[in-house]
Parts: sequence; C-alpha cells; structure tokens
Amino acid sequence: MMEFTDADVLGIVGTAVKTIVILLGAVIMAALMIPIERRLLGLWQDRYGPNRVGPFGSLQVAADMIKIFFKEDWIPPFADKFIFVVAPAIIMLTSLLAFAVIPFSPTWTIANLNVGVLFLLAMSSLGVYSVIFAGWASDNKYALLGAMRTAAQMISYEVFMGLSLLGVVLLAGSFNLGDIVESQRGMWNVIPQFPAFVIFFIAGCAEIHRAPFDLPEAEQELTAGYHTEYSGMKFGMFFVGEYLGIVLISCLVTVLFFGGWLGPVLPGFVWFFLKAFFFMCFFILLRAATVRPRYDQLMAFGWKVLLPIALLNVAITGAIVVAQS
Amino acid sequence: MEFTFFLAGIIALATTLRVITCANPVHALLYLIMSMLALAVDFYALGAAFAATLEVVVYAGAIMVLFLFVVMMLNLNNETVAREKSWMRPQLWTGPSIAAGLLLLAMIWALVTGSPASGRIVGTELSANEVGMALFGPYVVVVELSAFLLLAALAVAAHIGREDRDLAAEGAEHGERVTNHPGDH
Repeated sequence: MMEFTDADVLGIVGTAVKTIVILLGAVIMAALMIPIERRLLGLWQDRYGPNRVGPFGSLQVAADMIKIFFKEDWIPPFADKFIFVVAPAIIMLTSLLAFAVIPFSPTWTIANLNVGVLFLLAMSSLGVYSVIFAGWASDNKYALLGAMRTAAQMISYEVFMGLSLLGVVLLAGSFNLGDIVESQRGMWNVIPQFPAFVIFFIAGCAEIHRAPFDLPEAEQELTAGYHTEYSGMKFGMFFVGEYLGIVLISCLVTVLFFGGWLGPVLPGFVWFFLKAFFFMCFFILLRAATVRPRYDQLMAFGWKVLLPIALLNVAITGAIVVAQS
Repeated sequence: MEFTFFLAGIIALATTLRVITCANPVHALLYLIMSMLALAVDFYALGAAFAATLEVVVYAGAIMVLFLFVVMMLNLNNETVAREKSWMRPQLWTGPSIAAGLLLLAMIWALVTGSPASGRIVGTELSANEVGMALFGPYVVVVELSAFLLLAALAVAAHIGREDRDLAAEGAEHGERVTNHPGDH
C-alpha cells in the first residue's frame, strides 16, 4: 500500500482548494459575462442595455438566474430522455475540465500536464458531443439541422486550431502550458506567431460558435438551433457553457500568445486577468461589429484560406527552429 | 496505477459489450465513445500520456463524431430498434459467444500462469519527444506508408466530391436533370 505523509495530505488539500477556487471563479466570471455583454453591446449599438435592476443594471444577472431557476424544466415526450438530459452536462464538464491545465500564475495550476496543449484540444473536441446529442435527442428538425452544422463546423475548425498551436509548441519545445508561458519571457508569441494568433482566435470563435460563427443557432433560419427544445436550467447550462467557452478561449489566447502571467510591477494573476478580460471584451465587440457569413462561405474560408496559412506557418516556423538549433 | 488500469479495462470491456448488444444505434455509439475514453485512461496508466490524449482527440473527438453524423442522417426510429432487436436471436450469438469466451479464458489462464511481465504498471511517463524520436527513427517506414494512404484517401475524396460542370452541361443539352451536388455522385 502507498504511505501518505503529512506533506502529501497538505498537497492534496491545497490542490482541492485551488480547484474549487478556480472552478467557482470560472463559473462566476462566465455568469458575469452576461450583464457585461449586454451593457457593452448596448454601448456599441448606441442604446442603454439593461439598466433597471441594481446600480447600472449590475444585478440583472441575479434576476435572470432567479427567473431561470423557477422556469418549468420540460422534456418533450418525443425526446430521447437520457441523451437529452446528458447533453447540457457535457458542455459544462468539458469546458470546466479544460480549466485544469491553464496556468493562472506560476503557482496556480491544478494539473501541470506535460501534454497540456493536447488535453485542451481533446476537451474541445469532446465538447462537440454536447451540441450533437442535444440536436439529435430533441427530435426536432431545426435542432437536428443546427447540430449537423455544428458537427461539420467544429470538426473543421478544430483542425486549424490544432495546426495554429503547433507553431507555438515548436517555439517553446514543449506541450506544457507553463513552459510555453516561460518561453515568452523575451518576446510574446503574438509577434513571431502572428498568423497563428489570428487563426487560433478565429478557430476559437468558431469552436464555441459565437457570433459571427453562430450558424448552429442562427435564429432567422433555425429558430434557436440545437437548443430549441430546451428550457429552464438545461437551457441555462448551454447558455453559461457558451460564456465559459469565451472565458476559456480568452485564457488560452493569453497563455499561448500574450505571455500569460508575465508582466512588470503588478502580480502575475492580475496581469493574467487583465489580458484575459481584454479578449473577453473583444469577443463581445466581434458580436457587435460583424455579420454572420453563409454556411458554405464559412467552410470555404476555413479550408481554402485558414488551412494553407496554418500549414505554411508550421513549415516556416519549423524551418527557422531547425536553422537556429 | 494498477488499480486505475484494471478499473478502466473493465469499463472498456463492459461498454464494448454494450456497443454490440444495444439496439439503439446512437446509444451504442455513446457506449463506443465511453469505451474509447476508458482505453485512453488505460494508455495513461501505462505512462503513454501522449497516446492517451491522441486517442481522445482523434478517435473519440473526431472519428466518432463522423460516425454519429452518419447515423443521425439515417433517420432512425423505433422500427429500426425493433428490427435490431429481432436480429439479436440467441441462436445467432450463442456459438460465437462460447468461442470468444473460451479464447478469453485461455488468455486469462496464460496471463495468470505465465511468467510475470517484466514491468509493473507504474505510469512512468513517456514524453512526446521520445514518441516523436521513435516514430521518425525506427518506425519511419510505417509513418511514410500511412502518409501515402492518407494522401490517396484525400485524392479519392477530392475526386468523388468534385463538382462536375461538364457533365451537368451535357445533361442539360439532352434535357436530362443532372444534379451537380457533391454528395449525389
């Protein structure tokens, strides 16, 4: 049997506390994104946005939460009950699991995996099931069409996402996210890997199907897409899951391209938060400023523009790394 | 690590059994995904963290999604489930099951009585570097062959999926209706 020393027990308790703090932080941040998004959208679209509940409308999210908890949680009689219930849990699970490998500061990482980057890709690819299962189990044409679109969109953009990360991995010489941050001490990856940054951001946007890539739930064509039949807290989980995705992709952009916790004067996690928050706001600006492309345009753009650029980026970065060593 | 390995192994076996016995195709696929995740845990317990994550990314995350995609397109309903059930007659599966069970017994016997394996399952991690060195060192021929295969598959897919403009124009001349949607060829 394994012997547990006091240090081991302390380590386990410490990790458990960190886990809870990070999970709660991520979910609360995701919930706070909802009023922030509505207010910022209002600002950018020259209107007020919600400003009635609490000072400057800041308690709007509390009101929304209370409302959603008291709504009837209805499962359609024609739905596949088991899969219908499991689907919203999958998106929350995979998004929250992905936070485990993100280094928030030199000491705040839950799982310091040597294959951290691949773990993130694995979690994002498992997240697809949430949407597909939701669409199929609902037994509704709009939901199924939305799920089909999502499956194709997410599988395609995962490819470009993975390829764009390879350049960063080549420069750092490691899949470990902590090592990747440390490798950016001299210069942030965004400068030598600018094409990769752009591709990663676009693919990340498509991966969490945010505007302008929200075709799976384009309301003019598909009512609400894959979550048409969902109500109450199950819909709430899809909703919060989407915002968790925004927080996650923002954290990833920070870690991979903008030096994570690195920065002068202020402590590491403050820098991390500031950088990540900037990108969360950028996601909202994207939604306010762009229009939705047609579905074939989305696919053609991915395979005909993003893929060649990503491949070229990997080849050139590889050549430079080999030449320098 | 040994406990993790065997627990995940049992889950993989049980879910794979359900893949075969489940009458609803989508539920069967769900079990197949779980079996692959259990396999990934097994890889991890053996110290192959790289292979474990690739198993999830490639098999569970991409190939199974395509399977699901196709199954969803087939418009399955309760009739299909009933037909699947009718195919599960005892006289069809008892013979193969007995044969497979005997093989399983033989394998367990060999594992129990044979010399203990050289290494215990301790989960010493093999780095991605080492995997890469092995792939492009002693196994480079296999890597190149699979690259050929993938390129051939890509060429075939591009050929099947191409838009046949000439054919469509020819059809219009003869007054026939020729669709040029990629999937219709």
